[in-house]
Amino acid sequence: MPLDANLDPRTHQFKYVGTRPLRPDGVDKVTGRAKFGADATAPGMLVGKILRSPHPHARIRSINTAKAAKLPGVKAIVTRDDFPETKDPSLKDVLYNVMAREKALYDGHAVAAVAATSASIARKALKLIEVKYDILPHVTDVDEAMKPGAPLLHKDMITDGVDPAPTKASNIAAKCEFGHGDPEEGFKRADHVISRVFKTEATHQGYIEPHACLASVGTDGSGELWVCTQGHFMVRDTCAALLGMDVSRLRVTASEIGGGFGGKTTVFIEPVALALSRKAGKPVKIVMSREEVFRASGPTSSTSMTVKIGVNNAGRITGAFAELRFQGGAFAGSPVVLGAMSCFACYDLEHVKVVGYDVVTNRPKQAAYRAPGAPMAAFAVESVLDELAQKIGMDPIELRLKNAAKEGTKSSYGPKYNRIGLIDCLEAARRHPHYKAPLGANQGRGVAAGFWFNFGGQTCVSLNVNIDGTVALVVGTPDIGGSRASMCLMAAEELGIPYDKVRAIVADTSSLGYNDISEGSRVTFSTGLATISAARDAVTKLCARAAKIWGIPADAVVWENGYAKPSGPNAGNFEPLSLQDLAKKAAKTGGPIAGHYEVNADGAGVSFAVHLCDAEVDPETGRVQIKRYTVVQDAGKAIHPSYVEGQYQGGAAQGIGWAVNEEYIYGKDGRLQNPGFLDYRVPVCSDLPMIDTVIVEVPNPGHPYGVRGVGETSIVPPLAAIANAVSNAAGVRMTQLPMSPPRLLKAIFDAKG
Amino acid sequence: MAKVQVSTTINGDAVSFLCEVDETLLDVLRDRLGLTGSKEGCSTGDCGACSVTLDGRVVCSCLVLGAEAEGREIRTVEGIADGDKLHPLQEKFLEFAALQCGICTPGFLVSSKALLERNPNPTESEIRFALAGNLCRCTGYDKIVRAVQAAAAEMRKG
Repeated sequence: MPLDANLDPRTHQFKYVGTRPLRPDGVDKVTGRAKFGADATAPGMLVGKILRSPHPHARIRSINTAKAAKLPGVKAIVTRDDFPETKDPSLKDVLYNVMAREKALYDGHAVAAVAATSASIARKALKLIEVKYDILPHVTDVDEAMKPGAPLLHKDMITDGVDPAPTKASNIAAKCEFGHGDPEEGFKRADHVISRVFKTEATHQGYIEPHACLASVGTDGSGELWVCTQGHFMVRDTCAALLGMDVSRLRVTASEIGGGFGGKTTVFIEPVALALSRKAGKPVKIVMSREEVFRASGPTSSTSMTVKIGVNNAGRITGAFAELRFQGGAFAGSPVVLGAMSCFACYDLEHVKVVGYDVVTNRPKQAAYRAPGAPMAAFAVESVLDELAQKIGMDPIELRLKNAAKEGTKSSYGPKYNRIGLIDCLEAARRHPHYKAPLGANQGRGVAAGFWFNFGGQTCVSLNVNIDGTVALVVGTPDIGGSRASMCLMAAEELGIPYDKVRAIVADTSSLGYNDISEGSRVTFSTGLATISAARDAVTKLCARAAKIWGIPADAVVWENGYAKPSGPNAGNFEPLSLQDLAKKAAKTGGPIAGHYEVNADGAGVSFAVHLCDAEVDPETGRVQIKRYTVVQDAGKAIHPSYVEGQYQGGAAQGIGWAVNEEYIYGKDGRLQNPGFLDYRVPVCSDLPMIDTVIVEVPNPGHPYGVRGVGETSIVPPLAAIANAVSNAAGVRMTQLPMSPPRLLKAIFDAKG
Repeated sequence: MAKVQVSTTINGDAVSFLCEVDETLLDVLRDRLGLTGSKEGCSTGDCGACSVTLDGRVVCSCLVLGAEAEGREIRTVEGIADGDKLHPLQEKFLEFAALQCGICTPGFLVSSKALLERNPNPTESEIRFALAGNLCRCTGYDKIVRAVQAAAAEMRKG
């Protein structure tokens, strides 16, 4: 849906869009009234608990539930036998991840589940389930997993994307390639070429709310599910398929969601709760413990990457190559494709090639984490660029400006860019006072750019005009960061009625058409676009009602500031009718007034960000402190600027954690050593400075108001910006994340010799 | 398992409940008393989402036994507003967009309120350290700190 004709979002006077009203769900969330995943109860509810493999790789010889079943209070037990094989190949890995079959593939893999009348009985029952394992050799490191002779996870895994296809199975699920030109040719023309190997550890989205759901399946086979998820339609369709239910018989309601960041875009406990409820004939609630969240939900990939870039002395990149190796846990599907597509997307390159390998290891199956794949790839590329800028004595922003992609540039992953805002962001960063501020002792400054695609996708919105002239806006994308406020703003703008007259709700799966998951930074773009269109649909109907009342043709009525008016003197002389007037008369003019819109939205404009970071390194301890941080990012058009800033700040903060502290630590035994917030340390309030933000607005030609998604781009540059700052502060190039005190201290000592 | 009877005060109201001896105060609040505003993010005292005050002191209710509430005074997020009148902290959290998902918000409000009661004019650094036991994964803390600063200023005006 194109940008409105003659609308320049940078000069257009919006009435509501761009203001900062209070969010409609706000009072509930500051008073404790908001209902999240674990907050629901049902009469007769049982507690569900899941037994998990303590082994990273083991054949499951037998599961004996007889003793557990006899424990008073135990009402149902499910194992692999309760989940029939799926015919849908795309659901196979989901099913095998939900409940292990022949093999347990990682520490934490679900093996059985119990529903009991209390949590303590359920816990006791888990201990009575006897599982016999044949322990197998395991592998958790991506480079090790790629070696010939590595322990093999799937005996039938033949690398996809290789021609001719390999004859032997391996842990490499797929290979992908992107680019154009010939990097070797480019390197010949370079004055300087730098090639480096980088590694990043797996991190977790770290949402504060553990996965939780309440399932209830009746004896007629129809079910209800209350769940914290980013996509309740996905949950419905997946669970229905895995459990052999008609989609129409499962109604899923999305609770308030306590953070997701991509981690709540698949199912883990939901099919298990439904299966237990079906078997017990009672509602079953499952809430993951924090340890389960770490061991058995979907962290992001750990990576190993090689990047080689050549530049000439004038600062032009002559050639670029990257090989990305991402492990995505026990099943295929690491985000290496997105990493490979995005890693050079900021630059206008003649010769560029990226090769990616999707590798399986004995770790939990990864799930999306905010711009999946892009932050790690940007870390490698932007680190090499930083070094090259120093080599040719050029300002790092200047180097990026000399190579920045713009409208018409053929991207490294194929398509030509439409209107984009990278240059605007780079220039805004260079102008920012932060960039000129003096640095203290042991401090360094880092700069990095980042790119994210932004998604569109299937979206459905209804807008109901109520009898009193208020409006109920019905959307199907769970609100993960304030989107209901943004939707109300856009509806108010179109209808010309005050913001607080519009209330948005997230409807359950039986009340609205299908909506894709709230992911890919798609909600403000796609649901926004659908909201605007649904409002325009309602306006058309409102105008027709006014025309009917006045007895003039519908096209002789216009809508202005919340009123239907005759389009001009020829249309007749009538008192304008407000939305409220028309709502009141609805029953007599044709019945309820509602607007609808359904779309598979495309045109989600890509977006770019540039981050500035000042880091201080303690040379005695290796501790890194972030002293100053600035995010500059293109939002296209900021609908609710406070929540746009919030996305910028939140992405930066997660990036800071990833860069300096957070990592999955596996022992030699293949078990996760730090499944808790004490040992997996996310940034706390006293770790961070204020995070400054600059909202750049380069309108997206694919949205009526020019909106671009903002949620994910903000986590793409931080790893690199911080690594560049730390490297500059410490005087040693850091190529491995996290830059935790022991790792940084060792690098400093090694550099000193 | 035998249950213990506990008499306590919650948000100013006298409350009695039965609980198992190993049941946490958080579970009692959420599962027995229907006060689900306090959240469980970790059950190990690391995230602060379950913060309540016990005789005026901020505690992680996941690390306190229900039985320990006997004769004590507990305050939870549900008791911060005065009827339908929001506390300045609640107002400023909304005005400053200091929450995105909102799961950590109850804990932050409880901790911030306790801070401002003992220190009406905290520095940024004092706020950051006072709230270091509460994890927020959405905001990067910037808007939370600003909201607490603004609420403190408002409350000092009286």
